[in-house]
Amino acid sequence: MNVPEKRVETRIDPYVDAYASRTKGLKASAVRALFAVANRPEVVSLAGGMPNIADLPLDVVGDSIADLIRRRGPQIMNYGSAQGEERIREQICEVMRLEQIEASPDDIIVSCGSQQALDLVTRTFVDPGDVILAEAPSYVGALGTFAAYQANVVHVAMDEDGIIPEAFRAATIAVRAAGRQVKFLYTIPNFNNPSGILMTIERRRQLIALAEELDVLIVEDNPYGLLALDLPPQPAIRSMDSEHVIYLGSFSKTFAPGFRVGWALAPPAVLKKLVLAQESATLCPPVFSQFAISEYLSTWDWKGQIDKFRSMYRERRDAMMRGLIDHMPAGATWTHPKGGFFVWLTLPEGFDSDKLSARAITHRVAFTPGTAFYADGLGSRSMRLSYCFPTPERIYEGTRRLGETLREEIELRATFGLVDPHLAIEAASSGGPASTTLPNHDF
Amino acid sequence: MAQHVIVVAGGLSHERQISLESGHRVARELSQAGFEVTLSDIQPSLLDLIDKLDRPVIFPMLHGGAGEDGAVHEVFELIGVPYVGTTAVACRASYDKALAIPVVARAGLTVPKRVILPHDMFRDLGAPTLMRLIEDRLGLPLFVKPSASGSALGASRVDRIEDLPTALVNAYSYGRVAVVEEFIEGTEIAVPVFDLGDGPIAFPPVEIRPASGVYDFEARYTAGATTYVCPAALDYDSVAACQAAAVEAHKSLRLRDLSRADIIVRDGQPVFIESSVAPGMTETSLVPLSLATADESLADALATLVRRAAVR
Repeated sequence: MNVPEKRVETRIDPYVDAYASRTKGLKASAVRALFAVANRPEVVSLAGGMPNIADLPLDVVGDSIADLIRRRGPQIMNYGSAQGEERIREQICEVMRLEQIEASPDDIIVSCGSQQALDLVTRTFVDPGDVILAEAPSYVGALGTFAAYQANVVHVAMDEDGIIPEAFRAATIAVRAAGRQVKFLYTIPNFNNPSGILMTIERRRQLIALAEELDVLIVEDNPYGLLALDLPPQPAIRSMDSEHVIYLGSFSKTFAPGFRVGWALAPPAVLKKLVLAQESATLCPPVFSQFAISEYLSTWDWKGQIDKFRSMYRERRDAMMRGLIDHMPAGATWTHPKGGFFVWLTLPEGFDSDKLSARAITHRVAFTPGTAFYADGLGSRSMRLSYCFPTPERIYEGTRRLGETLREEIELRATFGLVDPHLAIEAASSGGPASTTLPNHDF
Repeated sequence: MAQHVIVVAGGLSHERQISLESGHRVARELSQAGFEVTLSDIQPSLLDLIDKLDRPVIFPMLHGGAGEDGAVHEVFELIGVPYVGTTAVACRASYDKALAIPVVARAGLTVPKRVILPHDMFRDLGAPTLMRLIEDRLGLPLFVKPSASGSALGASRVDRIEDLPTALVNAYSYGRVAVVEEFIEGTEIAVPVFDLGDGPIAFPPVEIRPASGVYDFEARYTAGATTYVCPAALDYDSVAACQAAAVEAHKSLRLRDLSRADIIVRDGQPVFIESSVAPGMTETSLVPLSLATADESLADALATLVRRAAVR
C-alpha cells in the first residue's frame, strides 16, 4: 500500500481567499452543466438564444470586409474613439428611427454588444446594495451583471401587457420606505427575454408617466424590437421621453452577434459618464467590427434582410405554437409571442423545472429552467423555450419530446403524491398530434 | 513512431461536461508522455478514426450511461481495438448496483443497508406502502441516488420521511432505478486503485470536507468549495483498511487498470459505497490529487496503462 508521510490539505484553487466577494455566486451548476449535452446533435435544444444567421449574405459580407481592409486597414485595425466611430453612430440613429426614436449621434455610445452597455450603465449607477427594479422574469444576462455589481434586484410583476404600473409604483415606494434608493427600472419591452411578452403602447405611456412622477430612470433594453413577427416595430419607450430613459440597442439579432456591437442612447450627462467608463473598461469598442457593420449597413439592403429574418423566425415560432398545442399535457400554459425568440411555459403547482432538465435530456430535448430568470429563486414551475435556432421540424419534434418528458414527470410525481392525481389522468388523455384543444395561454 | 491514443470523452450523458473536462486532462497528460493523442466524442467518425490509425489504443473517459455500463467497451471489443479500463462484461456487472453490491459484500466488505428499486414498483405497488417498508427496514436518515449516475447528480440526504418522495423523484430524473440506503455518518474518502503491472494497488485516500457540509455537484466542481486532505486524516490502521477495501472491491468486481472506490469511514471502519470504472480526471477530481500526493506522475501512470493495453 502506498501512504506518504506528508499530509496535503488543499482547496485546489490557491486564490480562493483572494477573490472579490462579488464572485461568490460564480459556482459550478448541475443545470448549467447539462447545457453541454444540449450541443449534441441528437438533442433538440430549445435552451439557447442563439440568433439564426444562416441566411446572411456571407459572400457580400466577406467581400465588403476584404475591400474595407484593403482600403482602410491601418485605420480600422487601430484604436478608436471611446464613444464609438461617428459614422456608425449616425447609422444607429437611422436604425432607431424605425422605432420612432429621434436622436443625435452625440448621445450614443457604442459598446461591445448591448451586454457591455448594460454593464457600463450598472457600473456607473450602482453601488453594492443598491436596488434595481427588474421585470419578473428578466434576462439572465442582466441579472448576472447586476449580481456582479452586488445590486439588490427587486422584481416587478408583469402580466400579458408588460410591467404592471401599480406594481412598479408599489415596489418603488416600498424600497424608498425602507430607506433605500431605486437606481433604475430594467425592462425589455419588446418580446421580453424570457417571456416573449410585448409591452402594449398604453403600458409604455403609463410606465414613462410613472417614471417621471416617481423620478425613476428606465433602462430600456431592446434587442428584439425589429424582430416583430405579427406587427410593425413598436414605438420605443425612449421615443416618448428622452430624459428618463437609457436605451440599449444591438446588432446581434438584426445582423450578427459575433461582431459584438451594441450601443446605449443616454441623456447627455449620463453619456459623458458612460464614455469615461468605457475608456477605463476597454479604451474603445471594437473598431474593426464597427466599420464592418457600417459597411454592411451602407452597402446591403439591411431592412430587407431583417424582413427575411422575420419570415424565418415567424415560421419557427408557428412551429413551436403548433407543437405546444399538439403535445403539451393539460395544466401547462404558455405565452404567445408576437416577436423575438422565446416562449415562457408554466407548469402546474408541484413541478420543478430545474429537476425536470435531467429528464428532458434523457428524452433528448433541452430548455432553460425558469429559475435562471429570477434573482430571488422564483420561477421553478416555468421554463424558457427558444424557437430561434433549430429548423421548424426540429422545433416541432422538440415539443413532442418535451410533452413526453412532462407526461412521464406527471405520472412519477402523481405516484408519490407530489401533484394533483387528476393531472396524471388528464395528462394521460391529453396532448398528442390529434389534439385540437387550445389550452389556456395565460402568462 | 509514437503510439496513437484516442481519448473518448463527452457522449450523451448527464455528465457530459465533466467527461469532456476529464478527457481534455487525460489527452494533455498523454501528449506530455509522448503519445500521439486524438480526442473524440462518441460519434460516427470515431469508428472511421479507429480504422484509419495504425493500432490505436482507446482511453475511454466517459462518465455515466454508455460510458460505464459496458456498451462502448462492447463496441471496442467487437472491433478488436485495445482499450484502457474494465471489460464490457465487468463494467455491466459493476454498473448495476443491485448486482455489484452483493458481490463486494460477499468479499467481506461492509456495505450500507440499501434498497434498489425501479420507479414503476412504486407506481404498481403503491408508493406509501413501499416507502413505509423502506423506513422500517433502513430507518432515518437515508441517502437517495440514481443507480446509474455519478457526480452526485440526483442525490440527496433525507432526514424526514416526508422528504423521501421528492428525493426519489429527483433520483428518478436521472434514470429508472434509484438506490435508497441508510445514511452513513462518517469521514468521506475516495481511494484510487491502479494496476500498473504488479496487480492493483491503492493510492493514498483523499478525505473530502465540503464547506457546505454536502459533497454535491457544486462542492465537487467549484474549486475552493471543498477542502481535500490527502492522505485522509485517519489513523494508520483505518487508512490501510480503506486501501485494502478499495483493492478488494476492484478485484471482486473484476475491474481492470484503474478505478476509484468511494468509502465512508465510520468508527474507524470502511463502509464501501461504490466503485467507479471511469474516475474523474478534472481539475478538482480526486485521483490526480491522490497520485500527486504519492509523488506519482499522472502522465506516467496513464502512459503505463496505455502501454499495457496496447499489448493485450
